Parts: sequence; structure tokens; C-alpha cells
Amino acid sequence: MSWVIQALIDAMSIGSIYALTALGIGLIFGIMRLINFAHAESITVTVYILVLAIGLGFPVALFLAAGGALLLALLSERLAFRPVRGANPSTLLITSFALSYLLQNTLVLVFGARPMGLNILPSLSRPLLIGDVRVPMIQVVTIGVTILLLLATGAFLRKTRIGIEMRAAAADFQMARLLGIRANRVIAVAFGLSGILASSAAVLYVAQTGVVEPRLGLHLALIGFVATVVGGMGSLPGAVLGGLAVGMVTVFLQVLLPSDLRPFREAFVYLAVIFVLVLRPQGLFRPASARERV
Amino acid sequence: MRSRAQTYLLLAGLILLATLPGYLGSAASARFAIDMMIKLAFVIGLSIFVSNTGILSFGHAAFAGIAAYAAAWFTIPVMTKKVFLPDLPAFVLSTDLGFWGGMATGMLLAAFVAAIFGVAVVRLAGIGASIATLAFLAIVNTTMSHATGLTKGTASLIGLPLLVNLPVATAVVLASLLVASVFAGSRAGLMLRASREDEVAALASGIAVRRLRLAAFILSAAVVGVSGVLQGHAIGILSVSQFYLELTFLTLAMLVIGGQNSLSGAVVGAIVIAFLGEMLRTVAGGFTLAGLTVPAMPGLREVALAIIMLAVLMLRPSGIMGNRELSLANLRRRGVQPQEDHVNTAISD
Repeated sequence: MSWVIQALIDAMSIGSIYALTALGIGLIFGIMRLINFAHAESITVTVYILVLAIGLGFPVALFLAAGGALLLALLSERLAFRPVRGANPSTLLITSFALSYLLQNTLVLVFGARPMGLNILPSLSRPLLIGDVRVPMIQVVTIGVTILLLLATGAFLRKTRIGIEMRAAAADFQMARLLGIRANRVIAVAFGLSGILASSAAVLYVAQTGVVEPRLGLHLALIGFVATVVGGMGSLPGAVLGGLAVGMVTVFLQVLLPSDLRPFREAFVYLAVIFVLVLRPQGLFRPASARERV
Repeated sequence: MRSRAQTYLLLAGLILLATLPGYLGSAASARFAIDMMIKLAFVIGLSIFVSNTGILSFGHAAFAGIAAYAAAWFTIPVMTKKVFLPDLPAFVLSTDLGFWGGMATGMLLAAFVAAIFGVAVVRLAGIGASIATLAFLAIVNTTMSHATGLTKGTASLIGLPLLVNLPVATAVVLASLLVASVFAGSRAGLMLRASREDEVAALASGIAVRRLRLAAFILSAAVVGVSGVLQGHAIGILSVSQFYLELTFLTLAMLVIGGQNSLSGAVVGAIVIAFLGEMLRTVAGGFTLAGLTVPAMPGLREVALAIIMLAVLMLRPSGIMGNRELSLANLRRRGVQPQEDHVNTAISD
């Protein structure tokens, strides 16, 4: 029985990171109808800043890394996405793809393509014994931090004025503007928030894997995309649940697949995603506001 | 129809002109020209789907990969194959179909996979479809990197016969261009472009949008497959990582910079970016200028390419060619602004 609990905790902790990534992507998508590939680089940049600043102690490095991701998200909105804001969704998509490629290769240019090791909080890798289940401390921390962040984001979106404006903009951007909501401000805040979510996901992810390379964020962002699409594009709870679901499927495939099929695990995950899309093209949890209008 | 033929001849002339450096004699320039033809075949194939349907695909690199390996199974000499890929099915191990047979096999397999996966893609709208193609690329990449018996996995597959030279590659590209041109001018092509501009109106006019999109997807997968087959037999080496995000980005950049709504855009974009990329490669490889040594800078070429692409997207979102095809009339009327992309729902909804 203990392997089920073990797998559940694994799934929750991986799913947490996916959920944070998907939420950051879903936030931007809801308002701008933009799938932001460059979210990957907000993640990667966080990790590289950690590498550079870890000598100053973890709290300082964390602060700098989160600040860096925030700044990068705001800058990319101002310099790359604002000029094409009115364009059609496929232009937006390709713009973010180009920006992501630009940032990723800038990292290659600066740091080289070779992976590096990074052990940010060695004390967290100690296992925690719960009954006869050994749970790495970092997994518990990941789940806890994610729950806190999700609650905080939820409170921000529901209780603060700008948060409510963001939800209004996601429901109907044009109408929200007519009622006096400032487009630039709402979009900038959304990018800022998504940058912070990206850096949180990045720190938790690298604390588990310990490997740093320029394409690290891309792997997470790809999963974030499919999670937002599976969850129902434009729905924030959908993005979170989509992320958790992808995490669950990943871990349970790892446990349940026969060992010679295990290397193909990711192919099965993406295959499951395509199945969901075909059976429910609108996603699992799609809000009424996200209907395509004619 | 006459203007289609004229466009075809102009584009074919442009392609032939672009291959001229390949005949200068140096091995490097020949390699460059062949590589340009390989990319051209890819972008022409990609545009059969993207230009006609307006749906961005991130998955076509997978078709190039599938076709490249499928062709290699049938072109690697039997003796070599038994050494490098001993796990292939017996009838494959003992068969050598030659270059054209291999190419046909590759195209067929790419088209077959496209037919299965395309059913899912055409059910989805806009961005959902693009993300599904991305998921598909990930599926194929994961599968090919671990299907060691078929692809040698993450190691490179060597021993492909070098059957592609510049004239062969050029001829194949011109044939692909013909296919794309005929398709774009056909009834199906016209109906697809109608659905690209206004899907609801097209459906209301009785156009079977999904079925036509599926047809375009399959045809474009087969043509992109050709590019993969050319690549394998030009260099003699295949590796799975050649057919992932790097290739996806490069070819999408070519299509978007050229102008994603027309076949001329695909051709012009591929040629412009190929030449530009070659120049950037030289710079990024390090050089000495007036006694000053500039070291090699890996990543510089990619960074510059991305900046150019972003600039084009901001300043001229419909690409170099706008929405126009190359024709004598358009060449004479230079300076006439192309009609702007109609601003879509996203923000102004």
C-alpha cells in the first residue's frame, strides 16, 4: 500500500510545479489570448540568477532571482508584446516563440550550452519518515509552498482592485476597457505576476533536479501549455487542475508502465493530452466567457 | 491559371538563381546550396498547410524525421544495415529500394502518420490546434529517441548512401513547388483559403473545412518528408535531435519572415534566411579583422535570427511578400502597400 502513498506524494509535488507553471501561462492567455513561450525563459533566467547569486546566501539569491524574472516578464511585455498586441493570435504566438528562442540563445551565448549542477538547499534533500513511507523533505516543501502561492494568487485576484480588474479583463477585454480599466496596467500586472509564478516554479524545480541548462524552462513550459489547454484555455482553476492532472498522469505512468515502455512515458503523457483535446476540444474546465464569438 | 503558371516560373527562376553559388566549385558553397534546397523543400511543404489553412504548425519537423528514417531503412546497403540496425524487421533488412524507392516510402509513412494525427488536429480551432501539433512533435521526438532498434536512439545513424547532389535536390524542390502551386490554385486550395479568412462563412457556404484541412495536412506532411529524405542522403548521417525545436524554429522563421499567407512568401523567406544564416554563421564562427581576433560565439546566429524575426513581426507582420504572390504585375507595381492582415478578435473582440 505504501507505494501508492509514495506515488501520490510524488505526483502532488511534480503536479504542484506544473500547476504553478500552467497558472503563469494561463494568466497571460486569459487576458491577451497569447500562449507565452517566453515563460520558459522567465523560469530559466531565475535559475541562472540563483547560480550566480547563491554565494550571497539563499534568501538574497531568491530575492534577486524573483526580481530578475519579474523584470524580464515586464520588459518582454513592454518591448516585444505591446507592439504586436492587436495582431491576430497566430502572430502573437510566433512572436512569443521568437522571443523565447532569442532569450534561450542569449543564455547559451553567455553561459554556454553545457549543463551545470546546482544544489540550493542541501538540508532539504533529507528524507522524512511518515510511517513506513520515506518522503524527501523537498517534496513536502514544494507542496506546501505551492498551496500558499495558489491561495495568495487567488486572494489577489478576488480581493484587490487590480486583481478584480484582471478577472474582468480576462472575461471580456473590450468591455472592461469601456468601463475604464487600463489595458496597459492590467497586462503589465499580469506579466509581473506570471514572472513571479515562473520564478517560484523554477526554484522548486531546480531544488528537486539540481541541474541547470539553457533549455530547462522549455521542458516545463511545454507541459504548462498542454496543461492550460487541457484545463480549458482561459480558465485559471482549469490551468491549475490541468497542471496537477499532467503531474498525476506522468507519475502514475512511471509507476505502472512495464519497464521497457517507461522511456516512452512522455510520449504517453502527450498522447493522453491529444486524446483529451479530441474528446473535449474546449478543455476539461472551460469557463463560459472563453467561448469563441462570431 | 495563367498567373499561377507565371508565379511558378518566377519562383522556379528565383530558386535556380539562388543555387548558383553552389556551382562555384568550393565544397562549402555546394553544401550551403544543398542545405538551402533542403530547407526550401521543408518550408514549401509547411506552407501547403500553414498558408492555406492559417493554422500554425509546430509539428512538421516530426514528419521530416519520420520520412528521413523510413527512407534510410530502405536505402542503407543491406550489409551495412545488418551491422547498424540489426533489430529491423527481416523483410526491411533484406530490401534495398534505392533513393527514389526510399523517398516514396518516407513520404508514404509521413503521410500515413499525418492522416492519423491530422484527424485530431483539424477538430481543434486555432491555438488549440497549434498546441496539439507541439504535443505531437514531443511525442515523435520522445518515441524516436528511445526506439533504439529503429533509429539508434540518441546516437547518430550513419551509413546512409550519399545520393543527393545539388541538381537532384534542386529538381526535387522544383517538383515540390509544382505540387504546392497546383494545390494552392485548385478548387480545394481556394476553398481552404476562404476558410482561412472566415471559417464560419466558409462552413455556411458548404465547404467541408475539416476534410480539406486534413487533405492539406497530409499533402504537406509528405512534401516536408521529402526534405527529411534529402537531408539524410545529403550528409549521410541522421540524428533524432536534427528534427526537433531548432528545425521547427528555423523553418517557421523562414515562412513568417517571407510571408506566411503565400507560397511566394515561403520561397522568398527560405532563400533570404538561408543566405542571412550563412553570413551569420561565418561571423559566429569567429574571425580576424584588421589584426583583431573575434572569438567564436555559439548562439550568436540564433540570437540575430530571432531579433530579425521579431523586427519583421513588429514592422511588417505580413512578411516580406505581404499577402501577395510573385508576379510580373506585382513586380511592376512595386511600392503599392499590400493589404493589411485583418485585425482579429484577440484584443479588439
